[in-house]
Amino acid sequence: MEVNVTVNGEAMHTDVEPRVLLVHMIRDQLGQTGTHWGCDTSNCGACVVHLDGVPVKSCTVLGVMADGRSVTTVEGLEGPGGLDPVQAGFMECHGLQCGFCTPGMMMVAKSLLEHNPNPTEHEIREAISGQLCRCTGYDNIVKSIQWAAAHQNAEVSA
Amino acid sequence: MQTPAPFGYQRATSVSHAVSLLEQLGSEARLVAGGHSLLPMMKLRLARPEHLIDINDLVDTLSYIKIEDNELRIGAMTRHSELLASPVAGEHYRILHDAERVIADPVVRNRGTVGGSIGQADPSEDLSAVFCAAKATIVITSSSGTRQVAARDIHDGPYETVVGDAEMITEVRIPIRPGGGSAYSKVERRAGDWAVAAAGVCVWLNGDTITDVGIGLTAVGAPHFCAVDAEASLIGRPATAENIAAAAALAAACVNPSTDQRGPAEYKRHLAGELTKRALHKAVARAQGKES
Repeated sequence: MEVNVTVNGEAMHTDVEPRVLLVHMIRDQLGQTGTHWGCDTSNCGACVVHLDGVPVKSCTVLGVMADGRSVTTVEGLEGPGGLDPVQAGFMECHGLQCGFCTPGMMMVAKSLLEHNPNPTEHEIREAISGQLCRCTGYDNIVKSIQWAAAHQNAEVSA
Repeated sequence: MQTPAPFGYQRATSVSHAVSLLEQLGSEARLVAGGHSLLPMMKLRLARPEHLIDINDLVDTLSYIKIEDNELRIGAMTRHSELLASPVAGEHYRILHDAERVIADPVVRNRGTVGGSIGQADPSEDLSAVFCAAKATIVITSSSGTRQVAARDIHDGPYETVVGDAEMITEVRIPIRPGGGSAYSKVERRAGDWAVAAAGVCVWLNGDTITDVGIGLTAVGAPHFCAVDAEASLIGRPATAENIAAAAALAAACVNPSTDQRGPAEYKRHLAGELTKRALHKAVARAQGKES
């Protein structure tokens, strides 16, 4: 099926079988490999992207469901002036070790701060409760998001 | 890689379009809303529909939470996250927020829908117990109009409902009644998991006397998700700790849990009683304005 989808602000077109999952369409057909494909079962949260601005687990959404909609992936976080504060926070506070969970963590953090610019630690932990970090680096992930909350107007050069 | 078997895909543009597609495509067609139950089952080949009818474009007509005719009305395409965030839902039925807070995780709740949860009829599903406790009514739409089925009558066994091949769930209606309080208590192995066991209670008081009560149980094999003997034991009686304990024992007696990786049957039976007791105490306290 033909799919027209806006990815990180850019109009894209592809042709997929209806059974292709959004995560595979994004990675394999649209070449945006920043989104990670993890557990396949909507448990780990590595594949989170924003669909029309709402975080979803892209392993449990069909690619064809994104037709006519907009998708933002981790590649879309960086702005013209540099890294998004969420990305900078993960850099500043060692928010990643192996990096596998990082795209999903950052996409969830971005959405949290859009709706709640000053979250408590509890609210941050609640927001990332659908994400698994197998390095168990949760403390630094929370600190990274707190850093981003405190530097929301910053764009940091990589 | 887990990928569903091939299927045809169409998007419905209206409720009438969706039901006409169901009529045309027959019994091997399924509606997909959030897809967070159906797609995992399709990946595992536990479900293998030939056609999916995507109803996500119907959010404008089927996503709402409102009061009408003294009922709380919830559109079938309302996402779990929207129900959790709804002040009007929480004002009238705290049980809805109690339950939504422990359904999956925030990102899954962004996608899963209220109507999908009912239609999936998973024997461990939380909202099925909630709507049975609340004595809700489910509105079902077909090309010949709508019909209403009590939440307690919609289940026809695990993953089975009385919703026909060419029908769709469009709304949940919960009557607003004075003197009410409600609560949901769940035990899960880890955050976001399915229930080991859970109990939902809606109680209505006149003074200290229980005038009506609904007790829903999930994941423990309660007939139609309800503990009817426990309910009957409380109606017309004062909401005392003794009466609540006796009702909880009746709730534990009515369940038929299975031993599985979530625990042995006897543990789940114990939980059914204990969680019924906790939810009853909390619901009564809320009805009396003693507990937020």
